[in-house]
Amino acid sequence: MIPQSIQTFLSLDLFPLLAALFAAISCGLLGNFLVLRKQSLMGDAISHAVLPGLVAAFLITQSRSPGMMFIGAAISALITVVLVEVIKRLGKVEPGAAMGVVFSVLFALGVFLLENAAARSVDLDADCVLHGNLQTLFWISPPDQWSNLFSAESYSDVPRQVWTLAGTTLGVTLFVSLFFKELKIASFDAGIATVQGINAGFMHMLLMTFVAIAAVASFEAVGSILVIAMFICPAATARMLTDRLKSQIFVSIIVAALTAIVGYAIASWVEVNAAGMIASASGVFLVIAIVSSPRHGVIAKTLNQRQLGNKVALEDVLGALYRISESDSQANLEQLIASTGADSRSRKALSKAQSLGLVNVHNGILSLSKVGESRAASIIRRHRLWEGYLVEQAGLSPDHVHETAEQLEHFVDVPDQSLSKTHTDPHGKPIPPR
Amino acid sequence: MSDPIVDANSIIETLTLQGGFNTNAVILGTSLLGVAAGVIGAFALLRKRSLTADALSHATLPGIAAAFLISSALGFSGRSMPVLMLGAAISGILGVACIHLILQHTRLKEDAAIGIVLSVFFGVGIVLLSVVQSSTSGSAAGLNHYIYGQTAAMIRSDAYLMGGIGIIASLIALIMLKEFMVVCFNESFARSMGMPVWLIDSIMLALVVLITVAGLQAVGLILIVAMLIIPPAAARFWTDRLWKLVLFSALIGGLSGYSGATISALFPRKPAGSVIVLVAGSIFILSMLFAPTRGVLADTIRRIRLRVRIARDHVLESLYEIEIGHVGIEHPKAASWLIQLLCFKGWIERNNGKLNLTETGRTQGQRIHRNHLLWEQYLVSYADIAPTHVDWSVDQVEHVLSDELIHALVLALKKRGLTIPPLDGGTS
Repeated sequence: MIPQSIQTFLSLDLFPLLAALFAAISCGLLGNFLVLRKQSLMGDAISHAVLPGLVAAFLITQSRSPGMMFIGAAISALITVVLVEVIKRLGKVEPGAAMGVVFSVLFALGVFLLENAAARSVDLDADCVLHGNLQTLFWISPPDQWSNLFSAESYSDVPRQVWTLAGTTLGVTLFVSLFFKELKIASFDAGIATVQGINAGFMHMLLMTFVAIAAVASFEAVGSILVIAMFICPAATARMLTDRLKSQIFVSIIVAALTAIVGYAIASWVEVNAAGMIASASGVFLVIAIVSSPRHGVIAKTLNQRQLGNKVALEDVLGALYRISESDSQANLEQLIASTGADSRSRKALSKAQSLGLVNVHNGILSLSKVGESRAASIIRRHRLWEGYLVEQAGLSPDHVHETAEQLEHFVDVPDQSLSKTHTDPHGKPIPPR
Repeated sequence: MSDPIVDANSIIETLTLQGGFNTNAVILGTSLLGVAAGVIGAFALLRKRSLTADALSHATLPGIAAAFLISSALGFSGRSMPVLMLGAAISGILGVACIHLILQHTRLKEDAAIGIVLSVFFGVGIVLLSVVQSSTSGSAAGLNHYIYGQTAAMIRSDAYLMGGIGIIASLIALIMLKEFMVVCFNESFARSMGMPVWLIDSIMLALVVLITVAGLQAVGLILIVAMLIIPPAAARFWTDRLWKLVLFSALIGGLSGYSGATISALFPRKPAGSVIVLVAGSIFILSMLFAPTRGVLADTIRRIRLRVRIARDHVLESLYEIEIGHVGIEHPKAASWLIQLLCFKGWIERNNGKLNLTETGRTQGQRIHRNHLLWEQYLVSYADIAPTHVDWSVDQVEHVLSDELIHALVLALKKRGLTIPPLDGGTS
């Protein structure tokens, strides 16, 4: 005997959840390539533009036969792709505007037809187009015994949308894994693809066909807005987290699945529209990734920048002290600040240097410690080598190289080892030995 | 599917704004909105912001729902138009701000940023709408109309508000015409002139926001972007000049708005928003095919004419070269229609199955031959192309040399002390 709570879950929530999951995964998977090709909005255009196809199929066949509707939607999706290309090429219209023209006109046509279909009291609902009808995917008679879970009979009334979406997910997965190499090369560089004998234009059309199929299959269950969100957000989230296409794809699938589950769970908990909630959840996941991605996140980048700034300030302080000691004079705080450019950062860098034991202070006089001196010497060495390099190899005049060298000294070694043979920089200052 | 038959009288009445006060106000308001959307859309198109406007209009939904929820919670009527418009404007601007933040702080590209904002904001809006629906009874149904638009639900003051916003937005755009133009065409030039590009962009954005929120009721937030995109894209086929683009775009926008609202008022179940967009779309298609400046048909005709001219010139040139005794020139094998054309023009004549140049034909042939030589010499002496390699590119170029260019070529070649083939009489 299956407990009542699980039976309720099976009957009310299992299929909506599965439909959302399948839609999220198939769109999310293809979205990686759309984002990569900077064609994210093609998903947007297609999912708006399938509407007239759906309605037209209905008006022509006079029935809500799912097969016909699917074909109608797929045809209008392909028409969209072709029309956008035609208007872009023949009309020389800017791509964004071309897309906008096509999908808004087709969508308007859909709304127009829909109103006429509604005249014949058909339950084609314009709002459904936007947010789908996930909540209606009931399992009317879920199995009440555990043993029935394995009998085919229990699955006879599984909603058609779930089967369609399951098939689509399988198809999309097969497509991406079989054509991964071709898709990758054609997306990154159409030129190289052509050289390698891959027809980039054909791959583009093939990808668009699958985008259309995924959009149409998902559209009915989850609505166009979730389709758009799933084409873009999981891939974008994964893009923030990874650097390789393969790992990006895997991460995007995980993100898409998580988004669907979390979004659906929240939606059924607080009883709001599920498709909308999943789309919102995909945005939340993306924001989390944007803020806290370990490599590309806002926090990581800010920390990195600050760290780098502190390192530069510290090295500048050491360098300044080294230069002062070279001229056999002594420095107090004011002189140091004057020579590094007065700001709070160098004061902080100085106290950091003191705590690291790189700089000693005696009666207000600053001096480098042994460790500090060797570190300062290596910075100055790099600076003067760079100056030499810029004058000799890059042909700059000696009075123009200081600023560039001042920046390079913190990051890069001089490329040419042979330069170390000279012992002075272009200004005649000695280059400290290694 | 039987629309009640509309008699001619009521059609004319509605078209000429005599169809009842409310209807007139809505038609007028929608037309003014169309004009304003055309004007502002023209700049959005040139600034390549068409799809940013799409994200913006989708992003207004959560604002509308939130404004409704907040004002109902505070005890006001949730459906007050200005309040909803304010909410829409705020969340629309927030959406655009998010696009900028994403572009600035992440490695994501503009298309992804637009799609993210569009779908996530709209998703949040749908969630809020379902909250509205479950928390209040019945009265919330009206909010759905802002998605697809519904002129039937508009009252006169709504229409006045819409038309008024349209007029104000167009006026601001016209006052700022010069600034907008410079920023659209050359941003870095605008910067170097000390123009506050950021401010100008923001004003442009504010105008787009105005149009969007003004059009929510009549057109709906999904299709309002079409009024910003389609008229300028259609007008672009008619002209290369900015002020004409703005003018045509305004006309197309106004016409679409006018006819959309009129049709929607005359016939049942013809939602104004989609009719407006379909009218605009038809104008776009017609413009793309038939506009004389950049239309596909005109372009094709131009291309064919050029090809004919080139083929014609080749025949004349070969005949001339045979006449002056060049060796190795084959007798031109041209399509019979081309020969007929040349005979008709009186440039060649048939003589026992052989083709001969007439006097005028000879002058033509000589001119083309001379162009050929000039360009050839120019390539050899100035562009450092080996004499054996020049012929191919010369054959392409000789036909498109203008008189000024030929004059410049002659001067340039004279400067190098090269002999210039004379235009009349003798040959080189």
